[in-house]
Amino acid sequence: MRYSTYLLQRMLLSVVVLLGLSALIFLIARVIPGDPARIALGPLASRTQIASLRTAMHLDEPLYRQYAYYLGGLLNGDFGESLYTRRPASADLRELFPSTLELVVYAGLLMVVVGIPLGILAASYRDTWVDTTVRLISLGGVVTPAFVWAIVLMLIFAYALGVLPVAGRLSPGVVPPPVVTGMITIDALWGGAPSTYFDFLRHLILPAVSLSLAGVAQAARLTRASMVDIAGRPFIEAARAFGISEARIALKYMLKPSLIPTVTILGLDFAALLGNAFLVESVFNWPGMARYGVEVILHKDLNAIVAVVMVMGLFFVVINFLIDILVGYLDPRIRLRQMEDAA
Amino acid sequence: MAREALLDIRDLSVSFTGYRGVSRVLNGVNLTVGRGEKVGLVGETGCGKSLTVRAVLGLLRKPRARVRGEIWFAGRNLVGLSAGELQLIRGREITVVFQDPMAALNPVFTVGEQLRDVIARSPRHQASERETWARAVAILKEVALPDPERILHAYPVQLSGGMRQRVLIAMALVNEPALVIADELGTALDVTIQEQILQVMRSLVDAKGISVLLITHNLGVVRETTDRVYVMYAGSIAETAPTADLFRAPKHPYTQGLLASVPKLTGEGVPRGIDGMIPDYLSPPPGCRFAPRCPFVQPRCQQPPPWVEVGPDHALACVLYDGAPTGLRS
Repeated sequence: MRYSTYLLQRMLLSVVVLLGLSALIFLIARVIPGDPARIALGPLASRTQIASLRTAMHLDEPLYRQYAYYLGGLLNGDFGESLYTRRPASADLRELFPSTLELVVYAGLLMVVVGIPLGILAASYRDTWVDTTVRLISLGGVVTPAFVWAIVLMLIFAYALGVLPVAGRLSPGVVPPPVVTGMITIDALWGGAPSTYFDFLRHLILPAVSLSLAGVAQAARLTRASMVDIAGRPFIEAARAFGISEARIALKYMLKPSLIPTVTILGLDFAALLGNAFLVESVFNWPGMARYGVEVILHKDLNAIVAVVMVMGLFFVVINFLIDILVGYLDPRIRLRQMEDAA
Repeated sequence: MAREALLDIRDLSVSFTGYRGVSRVLNGVNLTVGRGEKVGLVGETGCGKSLTVRAVLGLLRKPRARVRGEIWFAGRNLVGLSAGELQLIRGREITVVFQDPMAALNPVFTVGEQLRDVIARSPRHQASERETWARAVAILKEVALPDPERILHAYPVQLSGGMRQRVLIAMALVNEPALVIADELGTALDVTIQEQILQVMRSLVDAKGISVLLITHNLGVVRETTDRVYVMYAGSIAETAPTADLFRAPKHPYTQGLLASVPKLTGEGVPRGIDGMIPDYLSPPPGCRFAPRCPFVQPRCQQPPPWVEVGPDHALACVLYDGAPTGLRS
């Protein structure tokens, strides 16, 4: 089997995973006690009003027919109307998801560009004060929830020092760029408004940092542990015996094999940021999907819940697929094994 | 030594400080390798052979390992050279063929990528990519690997154990070092492949006039490959002799035991072997470290054994031969 065939197979498998997820969330949403129509219309609604809403939502039909309607809608990207916002759930998400994605991408970027180098540093100066410092900081990062960082950072930088804005995405008076993707980074730069972009960056720093700290710490710890493991392998001593320089050994011969486990776990961490973003979005009043997700759950807004879960599921599947490609690039054994199996 | 010594290890001691105390592993090793000479270093697993190699290469980590004594190589004492100076010698003047071909190549880089970094270490290296590649192809041909271009593009997992061992030999010889240290060459491979590997190695080092220090516990390999042998026991040299003399007339009780442990095809039954185990380096026996296992042990063995010359190039550390005329047989 060729590597591309293998990847194609993985992609088809992802579709199956998404189908399974859709069935699961469909069932769970219907098992939770409480009548969605009653919750949506409020305590003053009459029986006839409720009955007609139930009919409109197909809630009076058998489950398998409900699932058929639901699946048909999903395939068209139609999640139905949100009972909470009274708008199509897909329209809500189209507005909110880009802003969460933007936050998550910056946080993920921090994980990689800060976390991995810290790990390399700690591993290269193993058992010295550099290592100890990195390990202490990363321990603090791993055990402290993101919302605690959010509040602490906000108190320090926005309140006490006043150097960064407290909340929101843009300062009052700054005109948001015309919506193209919904991500201000792209929209502002595309629209030729760098000052808007920099204002946005100032707003982004605190939420992105609080969201990413746990991941940064995790990345540093994983990279360090994995490099220390690789450092003891015979091929590293062999490289040293051939007089390869220490810098080249660390950044080439040790780093690449060390990244294989790190990338796998970091990828999952990155996808998980989407869920973790909820409290950070709440603290910083960030108009994102994670906050929306919690609100619709509290309102038992079936269609919106399903929409949020499916988008998150799709995000996980896409990230996992990207990790597969990346790990395959890093580790030839994986690429080659796939070919051997079929041969 | 009639020939000029290329490598001259004098009274080398290495000790490690750990939680349980100080382990004195190497205990005054003396060893020389002449230019163009092939020397064997044999002993049981754990006797300090590989540690000697790592000391020569300067690969022991300073705070933990304490190195004393002198290691003269081509007129320089390697003990006390800076890390940078040692790095210049490794891979250019002294190289190693590693023990385990499965583990000594980095699994995530192609053979070509790894070989290229070694060639780049050569003092004669010209920066051109094409020349480096040509050099890599040439050396793979020299170690008799078919289709060198394909092998350079392959990852180690795609090669057999024998092919990887040949690649490792190529890496060790490509910069034409003065000394190559072969650590348990081929012992991870099956016997027929091992034989081919030894032949390739032998013809190449002979053609290029490279000195060899062959580290092994396989006496058969020593016998057919080396000019002179050192027998090591528990961190010091027990006996040294020209290879033929050692196999014909082993003198040290440990050497005799070691030779008697080799199974023979002639049907003499199960070989005798040596009772007991290598001593704990945290608290080695005083005096001769072999005394607890020695069938000829005497009260005098509580003192460090004397170094006795018993013939041309033949010497050993044992009281049995002290003061006796040369030629005494035990």
